[in-house]
Amino acid sequence: MTGVNPSPPVRRLGDRLFAGSARGAGIAILVVLAGVAAFLVVDSVPALVAPAADVPGGKGVFSYVGPLLFGTVIAAVIALVVATPLGVAIALFLTHYAPRRLAQGLGYVVDLLAAIPSIVFGFWGIFWLAPRMVPFYAWAEEHLGFIPLFAGPASATGRTMLTAGVVLAVMILPIISAISREVFAQVPTLHREAALALGATRWEMIRMAVLPYGRSGVIGGAMLGLGRALGETLAIALVLSVSAGTMTFNLISSTNPSTIAANIALQFPESSGLDVHTLIASGLALFALTLVVNVLARAVVNRRADFSGAN
Amino acid sequence: MAKRIDISDLDIFYGDFRAVADVTVSIEPRSVTALIGPSGCGKSTFLRSINRMHEVLPGARVEGKVVMDGQDLYGADVDPVDVRRQIGMVFQRPNPFPTMSIYDNVAAGIRLNARRMAKTDLDGLVERSLQAANLWREVRDRLNRPASGLSGGQQQRLCIARAIAVEPDVLLMDEPASALDPISTLAIEDLMTELKERFTIVIVTHNMQQAARVSEQTGFFNLSSAGQPGRLVEFDSTEKIFSNPEQKATEDYISGRFG
Amino acid sequence: MSQTTAGVPETTTPTQVPGGLRTGGRLPRWTSWAVFAGALAAVALLDLAVALNTALYVLFTAVLGTVALFGLSRAAEGRRTALDRLVTCVVASAFGLAMVPLVSLIYEVVSRGIARLDGEFFTFSLVGVVGEGGGAYHAIFGTLIITGLTALISVPIGLLTAIYLVEYGAGRLKRAITFLVDVMTGIPSIVAGLFAYALFSIFFGPGVRLGIAGSVALSVLMVPVVVRSAEEVLKLVPNELREAAYALGVPKWRTIVKVVLPTAVGGLGTGITLAVARVVGETAPLLVTVGITNATNLNPFDGRMATLPVYAFYQLTQPGVPPEFAIDRAWTAALLLIVLVMVLNVVARLISRLFAPTTGR
Repeated sequence: MTGVNPSPPVRRLGDRLFAGSARGAGIAILVVLAGVAAFLVVDSVPALVAPAADVPGGKGVFSYVGPLLFGTVIAAVIALVVATPLGVAIALFLTHYAPRRLAQGLGYVVDLLAAIPSIVFGFWGIFWLAPRMVPFYAWAEEHLGFIPLFAGPASATGRTMLTAGVVLAVMILPIISAISREVFAQVPTLHREAALALGATRWEMIRMAVLPYGRSGVIGGAMLGLGRALGETLAIALVLSVSAGTMTFNLISSTNPSTIAANIALQFPESSGLDVHTLIASGLALFALTLVVNVLARAVVNRRADFSGAN
Repeated sequence: MAKRIDISDLDIFYGDFRAVADVTVSIEPRSVTALIGPSGCGKSTFLRSINRMHEVLPGARVEGKVVMDGQDLYGADVDPVDVRRQIGMVFQRPNPFPTMSIYDNVAAGIRLNARRMAKTDLDGLVERSLQAANLWREVRDRLNRPASGLSGGQQQRLCIARAIAVEPDVLLMDEPASALDPISTLAIEDLMTELKERFTIVIVTHNMQQAARVSEQTGFFNLSSAGQPGRLVEFDSTEKIFSNPEQKATEDYISGRFG
Repeated sequence: MSQTTAGVPETTTPTQVPGGLRTGGRLPRWTSWAVFAGALAAVALLDLAVALNTALYVLFTAVLGTVALFGLSRAAEGRRTALDRLVTCVVASAFGLAMVPLVSLIYEVVSRGIARLDGEFFTFSLVGVVGEGGGAYHAIFGTLIITGLTALISVPIGLLTAIYLVEYGAGRLKRAITFLVDVMTGIPSIVAGLFAYALFSIFFGPGVRLGIAGSVALSVLMVPVVVRSAEEVLKLVPNELREAAYALGVPKWRTIVKVVLPTAVGGLGTGITLAVARVVGETAPLLVTVGITNATNLNPFDGRMATLPVYAFYQLTQPGVPPEFAIDRAWTAALLLIVLVMVLNVVARLISRLFAPTTGR
């Protein structure tokens, strides 16, 4: 409200109570988020000030968290590299290739992937995917071993960083494909028909009209997927065979760095005292990382929204 | 029941933009007052400021006086909710509540305000309101069916029944027939003629024949150019406005030599 | 796969139509099917020579078929059409590839989980169970109680926040809340668990494990989902209805409670159900806040409780000796979780269909 209003609004009691509680709920969200940050910081302090030798690993909290952070990023990047092209292709299939009548049903099917609890993906990763990856790892070590990523020795169980990354990729696939689908479906008919009227084939139309229009949506969706992959816990905790403190780009061996989230899940129930504070400090690092990724992703997605709103 | 409304020096704003300026006019009870003028000249905005509906939009505000039978509607101690109970409104597009039956729609003003009323009294009120809106005979067999099943014209008469069920003193109508076919329009116009026995009616319309047919007084709103506030150019008896207006702009508009 | 526009002459060579309109040669519609059938046959022959596993079988067929179709189309229809066909094959294969995890996952969980889907599983806890038998009675009820409490916390906060954002909010507070709800959507579930642990350890000391702490952790995850979906649904309620109520002299809060919410009830129900489905399978936050127990504890304010996902986790990772019985129980728990999530999803769809606004005329 700007300027002088000759009549300050008369508010009824019911209105005041209701508006107040709605506003209170909104403010509660601010408080909770501030609380998340504050509690993590406060409970991290003991680990940060403790003598390095007392922290698990014996070299201080940063060299404890470092390899975990490394593992977290590696797993998430693999997931992103695998899932982004696949997600975009699925979105294209559902919006432009699948028969109209089937498209919606198939869309539900893809969305089902998003509904499956992450622990079940973990089960699937260990029992179904990992053994099936073993022959590939053996083959990769033999023929692609000159690339550091496939240096080996190949894991005999298949519980490698690459397997973990693929499981994560499956989990973030529905996020990427859902957001891409949304933006592809929003491409103005005018743009598409303009391309078709020029005699373009379907693929040329997609390249000329659909992909440029949907690009920032795809990027935003991929980053939201990245945020999810960074924080994913149980699938990694179950699938990945870890050895503490390693940092390696070798994706097919049994010696892998853990990820922050998986490490917390595995260590926390057995921890007490300073160990708990160290784990919470690692959680703080994860929180900060996902926060940055998500804020950037939202900025990209929202900028697109502003842009299309102006059209 | 019907009440007189005196408006003086009314300025209406959307944020910092002044949409309507300096309106001073008196609206007579038991008559139909029509507001005409080109699109975007502020007649609907003006109408909505009479029952304080204007201010539900964020940043919207009003300066000046609207006095109904001696009471300033914009007084510091006046609750806009009470104003709206006394001044009913019918909108351009019929907007019955889709989740409610025909009966519940008419009773909405009572029910939503949690006013207690015996079932038989409420039945009587619903019947009277529907009869007053010339809808009773068409819907009395299906009062419990959803209102969304009615035709557009029936829905609009249902909205009128809903508005008069709260027994207001004044009825504002914002282009009530513009979304309807000619037969439904005629039904609404006949209805207005009946209702003016009991209510003060103000109607915004784009249809000049309609204004000429139903109203006693007519006000012509205009704006000199885009970005300028709309003003009440002329207000007089309908007969005078349509036969011998004072202002050149009014005459141009009436005779279709506008813009 | 390929769609030929009806009426276009199906010829295999470019032709000059008398009118002068050059129709690019089009391969007949069945070409793509035929090519892939041929590829399949070729791979089958290869399989006789070198034994292939299923994955390679499918992979070779898809690659061979795609390459063959591209080549054929390139020769008969030109470069542009060939490229179009290539992309069609790639995009369809990508979709097929994405179905592999889904189908294999569901098959795996059902086939392994069905063994222990018996009466005992639903009626017994793990007290005194070594090896065979035992059930997840305590975990099933733990999950129901903790999820119920979560909904009890999240739905009012989430709904009221959405109402604030749509009906009341303005200016910086609204922008701040919108932004932070977005941020909250991205909080890793384990971090939510750590938060709840840290919060409750202030009052109950370190090492605290409580059902209610798990509900608080899950609420951190559920609230933003409820807010987002409720916000979308409330925005869909036409402004005309709000104005109609205001014009009847109905106060704003009554308008919201009696007109806006009933109009949106279907969408709200769908959103809330999906939000419940989203948290019911969460494991990580419960692992650090609620822990696990073998006995039945149905009091969320008193110590450790069992929940289905955590139960599944520990049955798999710490099966004891001999391991196979616990692992069977883990799969059954996983199956039950999937069924629970699917049922919630179906219910959500039913709600949205049931309450779909009755369109008139």
